[in-house]
Amino acid sequence: MIGRVATEPGAAPVPRVASAPPTRRRRGAWWRLVETAQAGVWWVLSVGIVVGVWEAAAALKLIDPVILPPPHEFIGEIRNQAQFLMPAVGVERTGANFVALTAIAASLQRVLIGLFLAFVAGGLAFYFGIVRKLTLPTVTLLAPIAPVAWIPLAIVAFGIGDWSAIFVVFVGIYFTLTLATVKAMTNVERVYLDAARVLGARRLQVMFYVVLPASIPALFDLVRMNLFGAWMGVLAAEMVGVNTGLGAIVMVGRQMMNMNLTFLGMAMIGLVGYLLDAAFGQVQRRVLWWRRATEI
Amino acid sequence: MNGTLACVGLGKVWNEGTDREVAALSDIDLEVRAGEFLVVIGPSGCGKSTLLKLLAGLESATAGALLHHGQPITGPHVDRSLIFQQPSLYPWLSARDNVAFGLKLQGVSRKERRRRADEFLRQVGLREFAAKHPHELSGGMQQRVAIARALCVGAEILLMDEPFAALDVQTRYQMQTFLLDIWRGSGKTVVFVTHHIDEAVYLADRVVVLTARPGRVLDSVPIDMSRPRSVIGPEFERYRAHFVERLRAEVARAFEEQELVEMLDTHIK
Repeated sequence: MIGRVATEPGAAPVPRVASAPPTRRRRGAWWRLVETAQAGVWWVLSVGIVVGVWEAAAALKLIDPVILPPPHEFIGEIRNQAQFLMPAVGVERTGANFVALTAIAASLQRVLIGLFLAFVAGGLAFYFGIVRKLTLPTVTLLAPIAPVAWIPLAIVAFGIGDWSAIFVVFVGIYFTLTLATVKAMTNVERVYLDAARVLGARRLQVMFYVVLPASIPALFDLVRMNLFGAWMGVLAAEMVGVNTGLGAIVMVGRQMMNMNLTFLGMAMIGLVGYLLDAAFGQVQRRVLWWRRATEI
Repeated sequence: MNGTLACVGLGKVWNEGTDREVAALSDIDLEVRAGEFLVVIGPSGCGKSTLLKLLAGLESATAGALLHHGQPITGPHVDRSLIFQQPSLYPWLSARDNVAFGLKLQGVSRKERRRRADEFLRQVGLREFAAKHPHELSGGMQQRVAIARALCVGAEILLMDEPFAALDVQTRYQMQTFLLDIWRGSGKTVVFVTHHIDEAVYLADRVVVLTARPGRVLDSVPIDMSRPRSVIGPEFERYRAHFVERLRAEVARAFEEQELVEMLDTHIK
């Protein structure tokens, strides 16, 4: 389909007049491909330059490979550190759970539980005036406390382990998201609510059939932003005291003066964070297709 | 008071009792007969939309009474549906599901909802667009879906708040004709708010002119022209001239008053 547009430029104007939508769609597909390719080239260039300069500096002995190991070295380290990346290894042996994949899954689970609870709390605060008046002032005060600032409390209260991390993620996103939920629901266009009411909707029906779907786009944006915050909170907690997960791997690397391990951990943190955001973006696009089309 | 809808000494003050008090409507006496096509015009900000919101039951009056079949209006009811100027279709629902929204609220089965929604979509000429979503429809089509949505819950009275204001001139003409067809075919009562005099004269059985804020009934003129009407010709021009004159005088008066108020305000401050 794309090829036909490209190879028959002379024939294009005629069908464009006769049947505008299909032609536009075909051109759209072609342009998307071109744009994706361009973006890919820039991506490779951007990353390639950094890696290239780094590798060159190491090869020319401008930097100490012990402190700043070049990418090929710390990525190669993955072979030596394989036991840390296998599921269910390391827990018993070292007393710490370095298992990266398990840690990622656990972090994600913590984030999702936090998100869900915050969403419910926000919805309740929006729907019941008394809940809102009782809880929002406190929540507003607690929200600006950065997730990282909760870590000491978490460690003292829950000890070193999973629960501390869960707690940090939870408080890190819970308050902000509760506020955001209330705000997103309050911002739902008045005309949507009025339309439902003249069609005979009761209050609970307005909530479920209108407020909920209408506020989901704004919530998705917020969750996506907070996902990064949550991810950072988990890592900070893992570095400082939780002693498990990717954050802990980075710290163990420092303690053993194995910068290969540290950089490997950092690279994985970056990659997982990026993939998380990208995956979430995909979900957002699938769920909210109607909104994307409206905004373009 | 034997009309379908009646306002008796109706008044509405926004933010009553605060220092941001605004009198939107004052002492409105109005009666709408069953099956009548009533058009309300007036200077902008005269409370036309407020009047519709009160009739729809979305807001409550601060003075006087609103009656529907002799019963006081206490809240929204499916019998009186409001059609908005801004897009009010739910973007996450297809045209069909938008039309069937009111039935869903009543717990009508999915199959029945679909059947009835499709029937009304056919009536507004959009049967083949049932699966499309609002963003895939033009502005005129969206308003037609909104009208179908109101008809689908069985609204007896259509309250229309400048429903065609956002449309281009061509579409607006089409929609006016379309609305008249629907109205004639269904025998519904229509209360239509607009600031377009041509639109008012073209559509109305009767035109009510409101004064500038606070809105009062300035004039109530039956349009004694046979349908289908032509927008050219001496008859149309005569009505048109009458309303232009009425509104121009009213706007001038309101403007002077406004200037006076502002002058006093600055002097006081």
